[in-house]
Amino acid sequence: MKKAVSRVYLALIYLFLYAPILLLVVFSFNDTDTKSRTVWSGFSLRWYEMLFQDRMLLQALTNTLIIAVSAAIGATLLGTLAAIGISSMKSWRKKVVMNITNLPMLNPEIVTGVSLMLLLVFLANLFGVQLGIGSVILAHITFCLPYVILSVLPKLRQMDPNLYEAAQDLGCTPLRSFFKVVLPEILPGVITGMVMSFTLSLDDFIISYFCSGTTQTLPVFIYSMTKKRVSPEINALSTILFAVILVLLLLINVRTGKVGGRKGKEAQEF
Amino acid sequence: MRKAWKAAALAALVFLSSAAVPAAHAEDGEESAPLTGETIYVYNWGEYMADGRDGSLDINTEFTRRTGIQVEYSTFDTNESLYAKLVSGGASYDVIIPSDYMISKMIHEDMLEKLDFSNIPNFQYIDEAYRNLSYDPTNEYSVPYTWGLVGIFYNKQYVTDPVDSWDILWNEKYAGKILMFDNPRDAFGIAQKRLGFSFNSTDEDEWIQAAVLLKEQEPLLQAYVMDQIFNKMESGEAWLAPYYAGDAAILVESNENIGFAIPTEQGTNFFVDAMCIPKGCRNKSGAEAYINFLCEPEIAAANMEYIGYSTPETAAKELLPEEITSNPIYYPPEEIIENSEVFVDLPEETALQLDALWAEVKMGGPGDAVTLIVTLAAFLALYLAIVVYKKVKRRREQ
Amino acid sequence: MKSKAASAPYLVWMVLFIVVPVLLVAYFAFTDSSGAFTLENIARVGQYSNVFLRSIWLGALSTVICLVLGYPVAYLISKSSLKRQSVLLMLIMLPMWMNFLLRTYAWMTLLEDSGLINSFLSLLGLPPFHMINTQGAVVLGMVYDYIPFMVLPLYTVLSKIDRAVVEAAQDLGANGRRVFLRVTFPLSMPGMISGVTMVFVPSVSTFIISKMLGGGANLMIGDLIEMQFLGSAYNPNLGSAISLVLMVLILICMGIMNEFDSGENEGGGMMI
Repeated sequence: MKKAVSRVYLALIYLFLYAPILLLVVFSFNDTDTKSRTVWSGFSLRWYEMLFQDRMLLQALTNTLIIAVSAAIGATLLGTLAAIGISSMKSWRKKVVMNITNLPMLNPEIVTGVSLMLLLVFLANLFGVQLGIGSVILAHITFCLPYVILSVLPKLRQMDPNLYEAAQDLGCTPLRSFFKVVLPEILPGVITGMVMSFTLSLDDFIISYFCSGTTQTLPVFIYSMTKKRVSPEINALSTILFAVILVLLLLINVRTGKVGGRKGKEAQEF
Repeated sequence: MRKAWKAAALAALVFLSSAAVPAAHAEDGEESAPLTGETIYVYNWGEYMADGRDGSLDINTEFTRRTGIQVEYSTFDTNESLYAKLVSGGASYDVIIPSDYMISKMIHEDMLEKLDFSNIPNFQYIDEAYRNLSYDPTNEYSVPYTWGLVGIFYNKQYVTDPVDSWDILWNEKYAGKILMFDNPRDAFGIAQKRLGFSFNSTDEDEWIQAAVLLKEQEPLLQAYVMDQIFNKMESGEAWLAPYYAGDAAILVESNENIGFAIPTEQGTNFFVDAMCIPKGCRNKSGAEAYINFLCEPEIAAANMEYIGYSTPETAAKELLPEEITSNPIYYPPEEIIENSEVFVDLPEETALQLDALWAEVKMGGPGDAVTLIVTLAAFLALYLAIVVYKKVKRRREQ
Repeated sequence: MKSKAASAPYLVWMVLFIVVPVLLVAYFAFTDSSGAFTLENIARVGQYSNVFLRSIWLGALSTVICLVLGYPVAYLISKSSLKRQSVLLMLIMLPMWMNFLLRTYAWMTLLEDSGLINSFLSLLGLPPFHMINTQGAVVLGMVYDYIPFMVLPLYTVLSKIDRAVVEAAQDLGANGRRVFLRVTFPLSMPGMISGVTMVFVPSVSTFIISKMLGGGANLMIGDLIEMQFLGSAYNPNLGSAISLVLMVLILICMGIMNEFDSGENEGGGMMI
């Protein structure tokens, strides 16, 4: 009895979570015009066709990918170096730096967006350039950095500090011993941070909205779509995104399921 | 931190999206003029240019095909947000299409470039009546794109009263089914005309009266919207909405129950939207080529046929089908135009008052500092109380 | 050793992109458009007390609903078999990966007067139920968008509770309810704290959900800030002042949450 109640409860919650998504999926195949968005009138793929002919959408997608890749690489490089530096800091300095680092995570996103916009506009005027992909990348690196640092730091803490010195004693240059000894140890943390940065950047709307100038990223484009006469194209776009994520997750799940659940668990720690 | 949850598993997205990129390149293969590598950035109202939908001409693609200049096209939904985007320094565009009063504001604030009309020979097609208008008296900064009037769209199925005055937007019978402009000038304009005031009043009291009227209306409204009106009216979700006459092309034609009326007696807003080049543009000659292209009668006609607004070019009007040019919605008789008023840029003081009143209308009445301070203080007190309580407790335990 | 120098580029970055922007917000908040010092912006924020109260109220309401709905979910997931746990968890996280604008948009179609729910009601012969453009719709949207942020930290904490502790309580004669109230619930406190923070902060400061589901009349702090920077009432000085007050509010709330968290108990892993 108790079990049945809890099953029903879980089922209801999942229904709540998935009903709207299912709705989008179903209506993306609807062969109708905007006037009767909620009336089913036959199967059609026309919204998908239109979607792939939308040059602006494809441009937005390309922009988003460029930004996400650059932000992930930038944040990972800078963040990993930062973590190495921070881990060897004295306690009070470490505390100050970490508190400031956490700020972008604690602040409401809109405040981060607005404050970065003020700075970037100031810098852009100073150097006589425009806001655009470049400024979005800078902003994204900024809000991704804490995640990289926080995923690398624990790995550094776990590492035996003597290893690095031992390598040097054995004749390695500092650089070489970093690549040969330190990096392999912290690599899982570095990769986690990079992957996180990538996905955060990909999905970000609020900060891009304020910092993007004339450039459109995919979320910004979606926002402008919802402000216009909404066409079922938006449903088609949702469906594709959802399908992609679903397939990827299934793949990851199957893979980690075979290798052992450890990695998945680790990722969830955050 | 909240984002991290998402990121942790999300990583996968990468692969998928990268797979989608080649598709992007596969798409464009039919350009005929060689690309010059130049790009112009165009910022226009939403739903305000033919884009190839429903068999219309895709204006931007056609421009690229002819000139080899690529167009980065994006849209705004109010004059005010266009202004904010430009002043904040957040973006620079090559061609923008603001309305009359915003153009004069921008001219006053030195935000527009003077146009080189030798690059825009098609300006010759613009009718005399639309040159040297009050917002740009010497016509150095702008080229008219469209003009029109504001009226009321209504659903004939549900709205049984005659729609001939702005009063109907305050009719309780239709509570919850009325939409309203989500921008201060247009929204206040309706209240002002209902009260018999000018749009461009500088009398503080008149603005306050208009605000009172809008606050009265707020509980009856379904929502403050701009282009979302299309969906809401088409689906029958809303029954009454003031909007721009040109959009009848989309609205009336997509749902035969939708009617359009202009409250002639109280008067309405006559607007002209014109193409301008903002200061800080990156490609002025490209921008002028674009403006010139849009003025070409065939292009203008194809464009207007789709968007439905009225063209300031007789040459283009002649190319349009008879059923459009004889339709009083798009080309209203002279007397209606005569009883309409144009928005003029407001003096700084009035503009500030308008901003404050508009926020007040939207948040349902003015607030006061005391409440806010008390709230913040209460939170702070709670925090301090907990800290002190814990300290005392700890001391007692020791 | 040299490794301290490794953080030098980051420190520069940190100062430039984290510290300076916050200072810029403060600078704008205390100056007028010509750059002269003024307290007027801060004073004007008082006009918007309604908006602040509404945001706090709606944010708190959605947080409580998320907690009430999410706690049992996290608890039930943590109690199911390991294999099912990962599937159930994945299903909680999956919707988060869809852009939140799209998810919120989906609710628009559902809640409208002529939307699916009302069409369904009328099929059953029931009277229509007005939902869209109300505060209820805004709360619903926030609960929908943010509930995973509540479930996940709760699950992490609940699944880490040492079974031995629970069993010990049972051995000492506690019944199921007592075990839950005296052992499981207190031990899940850290998860609750981080869940509450993770839901409350974005709900208080959201600016899209209220626009899409609230019809533009249920203005919230986020909308107000956006209006001053990119919306219909350009005034970055006032916008900065509002941002500053919002930041102070959030910091105080975080302080309160942290106080609840530390010291009360040592069990359970602390979330970031």
